[in-house]
Amino acid sequence: MANPSPHLVTTYERDLRLFPSLASKIGVALLVLVWLVLPMNLTDYQLLVLVFAGIAAIGGIGLNLLTGYTGQVSLGHAFFLGVGAYTAAYVGDQHDLPVFVWLPAAALLAGLIGAVIGPFALRLRGQYLGIVTLGLVFLGLHVFENWNSVTGGNTGTSVSGASVDVGPLDFGALEIGGQAFTKEQSYFWLVWGLVGVVALLTKNVVRSRAGRAMQAVRDRDLAAEVVGVSLARTKVGAFAASSALAGLAGALFASFQEAVNPENFTLLVSIQYIAVVIVGGVGTIFGSVLGALLVGPVQRIVETASRSQDLPFVSGDAGGSEGVIAVASLNRMIFGALIIVFLIFEPRGLAAIWLRAKAYFRTWPFSY
Amino acid sequence: MDEFLRLCIAGLALGSQYALIVLGFVVIYRATGVVNFAQGGFVVLGAYLAYNAHNTWDLPFALSVIVAMLGGALIGVVVERLILRRMVGQPVFAVIMITIGLYYILEQTVPSIWGPQNLNLGDPWGIQVKSLGDIQVAVKDLWTIALAAVALLAFFALFRYTKIGVAMRATALDQEAALAQGISARRIFAISWGIAGAVAALAGVTQAAGSIQVRPTLGLVALIAFPAMILGGLDSPGGAVLGGIIIGVTQTLTAGYQDDFFPWLGNGFNSVMPYVVMVLILMVRPFGLFGTKEVRRV
Repeated sequence: MANPSPHLVTTYERDLRLFPSLASKIGVALLVLVWLVLPMNLTDYQLLVLVFAGIAAIGGIGLNLLTGYTGQVSLGHAFFLGVGAYTAAYVGDQHDLPVFVWLPAAALLAGLIGAVIGPFALRLRGQYLGIVTLGLVFLGLHVFENWNSVTGGNTGTSVSGASVDVGPLDFGALEIGGQAFTKEQSYFWLVWGLVGVVALLTKNVVRSRAGRAMQAVRDRDLAAEVVGVSLARTKVGAFAASSALAGLAGALFASFQEAVNPENFTLLVSIQYIAVVIVGGVGTIFGSVLGALLVGPVQRIVETASRSQDLPFVSGDAGGSEGVIAVASLNRMIFGALIIVFLIFEPRGLAAIWLRAKAYFRTWPFSY
Repeated sequence: MDEFLRLCIAGLALGSQYALIVLGFVVIYRATGVVNFAQGGFVVLGAYLAYNAHNTWDLPFALSVIVAMLGGALIGVVVERLILRRMVGQPVFAVIMITIGLYYILEQTVPSIWGPQNLNLGDPWGIQVKSLGDIQVAVKDLWTIALAAVALLAFFALFRYTKIGVAMRATALDQEAALAQGISARRIFAISWGIAGAVAALAGVTQAAGSIQVRPTLGLVALIAFPAMILGGLDSPGGAVLGGIIIGVTQTLTAGYQDDFFPWLGNGFNSVMPYVVMVLILMVRPFGLFGTKEVRRV
């Protein structure tokens, strides 16, 4: 008998399918199309904002894997981003190795350090773990500021020498069939291509055995252990995977920005990633992408708007006196407010809004 | 030896500052089971309130401190009522994130009201020093130690001898059982946040007194107080003080001797030393020195 409705799931195989319906396949195809043509239709500045959002999406997916799926609170994401960024600078810029080396090296090293931190999560629970990972940010900053030969100390180090040649394609400035593209256009394809790959990979992880183990640990770690989930393997694995993605994001960030300094990896950055996860939706992959698309650009929009004097109460830069509030202050308050508003009014984030909208149209005109 | 003693006393004073902040953490943790990341925001607000009362309204310094504490308590109660009350029964993770969001909002309102520059608190202690034998001690440090001691005694008296204190302990122990005895958990939450706000204001004043000055980044000290809190255990006021003192003394000793013994650790290692100590102790005792072990039932 044919399945009466595509939404009626009767077998586990169907429940686990990556693309449950024809509509979702069409949706993915449309997204790929948008990815291909968008850089031709936006300004370089808009693309720059989107590239940073894409980088935040990769890091956000990583944090969601750890916090959203495995339930381990981590305030240390900025540290792993930093490890990735400085690895990119050291391997790609100082040693001139190609992108095939420095990008995986950044992810691997960050993942390795994550795996070393992982065992702490076995011993510590909840809030104690959160504060230990907070310590990680400060210890990391200290290392970034003092290990001058690698990190360049307080002034940071250049990453502009790290090449992004993938075979014949140089993503620093693409040239295809005689047509030259700008750096922003090239990076948009690179970064959002990677977002797609990472999203697919993590989606496959979370719908497989490893992902179910993570969610079991999140829901009740003791019960998970009793039914045969290895806590050690799951928690350490989640930390390693999450940190590797953070390292990847950090390396892309460093390479796109062409320079990094310790200021790029403060606690505020960790909080921004937490905001991405919460605003997007805890425990959803595409939510992290939505969150990154909201949280990342908001900051830029506030900056641009206040620069062009559209917001009379905002002073141009930190320390300015003509406005009531500095841009940096306003941005931090917006992060704080975003986290609070979403947790109180929409605790499952943008992803839940999207799913509700979808359900509404699917069942229209019946609301239930 | 004199140098060592001097560092120890400076460490004791620093530790007392941490202890005051940690007491605020502990009182909220005991009532609600959540680490309040917004405490740093209350610290900086309290310092600015004291500045405002003393310099703008021309009140005497002691009165300004009391005004700041009352103001801190009021803000604490309002924040609890408006935001945290809605989060009762939500996952701990969500509540922590709310307090982190609050921290950024509270911290950033300060430069919007008082401006980003450093301000002189105008405290009577200034940079005076007193000689104890051969050792020079800052008067401000002595006052900080005394204030922390008074605050701690007040805490013990409150928890042990007053009706509110007993109600708070009962709520911390078992919320439902406390409710069944006619204790209003809402009132306890509000009181806890009020106390935390007041003690944070006091901590802010001891932070900003002397040469440090009132500055928008004062709240960051709460992040260094975390190790002190973890060290003592999240729910123990006595542990808070001991943890604060251990962290404070370690920090000043590191600052004093690191250049002689471990120069390769880099400049300013003393500012991250608390975290190193914290990680080491947590490896041995995962719930801190005096924290209550979590009982896990299947």
